[in-house]
Amino acid sequence: MAFLKRSPWILHYDGSSCNGCDIEVLACLTPLYDVERFGMINTGNPKHADVLLITGGINTQNREVVKNIYEQMPEPKVVIAVGVCAATGGIFRECYNIVGGIDKVIPVDVYVPGCAARPEQIIDGVVTALSILEEKRAKMAGAAQTKEEARHEEQAGEST
Amino acid sequence: MPERIIVPFGPQHPVLPEPIHIDLVLEDENVVDAIPSIGYIHRGLEQLVQKREYTEYVYVAERICGICSFIHALCYCQGVEHIMKIEVPDRARYLRTIWSEYSRIHSHLLWLGLFADGMGFENLFMRSWQLRESVLDVLEDTTGGRVIQGSCKVGGVRRDIGQEKLDEIHRSLDLFDQQCRGLGDVFLNDDTVKYRLKGLGVISKDEAYDLGAAGPTARGSGVAMDHRETGYAAYGDLGFKPVVETTGDCYARCAVRVKEVYASIDLIRRAIEEMPEGPIDVKVKGTPDGEYFSRAEQPRGEVIHYLKGDGSKHLARARIRTPTLANIPPLVKMLPGIQLADVPIVVLSIDPCIGCMER
Repeated sequence: MAFLKRSPWILHYDGSSCNGCDIEVLACLTPLYDVERFGMINTGNPKHADVLLITGGINTQNREVVKNIYEQMPEPKVVIAVGVCAATGGIFRECYNIVGGIDKVIPVDVYVPGCAARPEQIIDGVVTALSILEEKRAKMAGAAQTKEEARHEEQAGEST
Repeated sequence: MPERIIVPFGPQHPVLPEPIHIDLVLEDENVVDAIPSIGYIHRGLEQLVQKREYTEYVYVAERICGICSFIHALCYCQGVEHIMKIEVPDRARYLRTIWSEYSRIHSHLLWLGLFADGMGFENLFMRSWQLRESVLDVLEDTTGGRVIQGSCKVGGVRRDIGQEKLDEIHRSLDLFDQQCRGLGDVFLNDDTVKYRLKGLGVISKDEAYDLGAAGPTARGSGVAMDHRETGYAAYGDLGFKPVVETTGDCYARCAVRVKEVYASIDLIRRAIEEMPEGPIDVKVKGTPDGEYFSRAEQPRGEVIHYLKGDGSKHLARARIRTPTLANIPPLVKMLPGIQLADVPIVVLSIDPCIGCMER
């Protein structure tokens, strides 16, 4: 990707992780890694966000919260699962309270491995997610156009 | 009487990196009551002790919390070593101290940054986290991990730090000390910071003691309680005095953490100077049989690992008591009487670590 057409806004949520990946997500925002140079900012409001960065294996209490946040985000949206416990449950896989991975609850687009995932990996994951976001946007725009054309045809049919 | 309304705070909130939910009962802008509810991070790690061998559980203990990871591992290993009557070599004790103190500095700088962010002081947030990166560089250089180190094991440590590297760290401490003092000066003396923090969320010495506050929350109220005084690892050889403030407000809790960063730098410096030669681990044979309360001082306060072994490869029971849970009752005491806009700062002032708290 040569340049970004838009500035994606990121929402971060801790879905029952150990905190390690979460502080690495935050470290991405600070001077050494500085994702703001890509035009990304961290927002606290799900309704403003395009990208959901989520960590941890999700426990039973967090399940509804995660679903809720996901549903509040406007389309198109992408979800990035950060860390191994977000992918499979990781070291907490056998715990009685762990659902075992984000994709058991909401659809995931990008998996970032690592325990804890390094900031470089997280940034790489976000950049990958952005091209997926762009694809989704194009698809939505295409679908909207087809619908519009169909409506025009229908109107033309009615007038004759 | 004004009408009472309930405002939910969390679990997803811009100032909180981790989920906790608090129902705030308000009369106009003033908080009259706070009802916390927890459980968003509970994973059930205590039970996992029955599924992992006692030497493997160190990895799980490290991942109770990604910020205090090294000290959790240290506390667990100390417990097992005590049950199995293993004498840890001197060099391992000193290395453990160095890594513990680096963890403490990184945790405190992280907290200072988040706290500045909570105040809306974005500049200071970035500066704190920039300094924190140099601590993580040392941790990565010496252990291989930035936040999860994996260098503590039952019977000693996994990696040694060579003399050349120790000298380099020692030299770099002068500049780091100077930078930290520059940062601390803003937290301690800046007018806007003082205006925001002084007299906010006050808790008296007796209340803090009675409610079982731990760590900087207790020390900010004048309770001189620091577990490093008991001299585990190499703290006994190095000598240590707790940092205490007496006013019990958010400013005092912030000041304790700033001064603890200075104290930790001093401890690392002396630990490097007095570093003994010798092996870094001993061979571990047999299985733990018996029980022990292992205690250590985390950045947030005292952590207790109760371990019970029955002579098999798996421990029979682990019970972990973490400082954040002890600091929730004082927090509920601090919140009534303040304004809604100050709630994020007061919640942050106990340094909540939900990963630890719920395990």
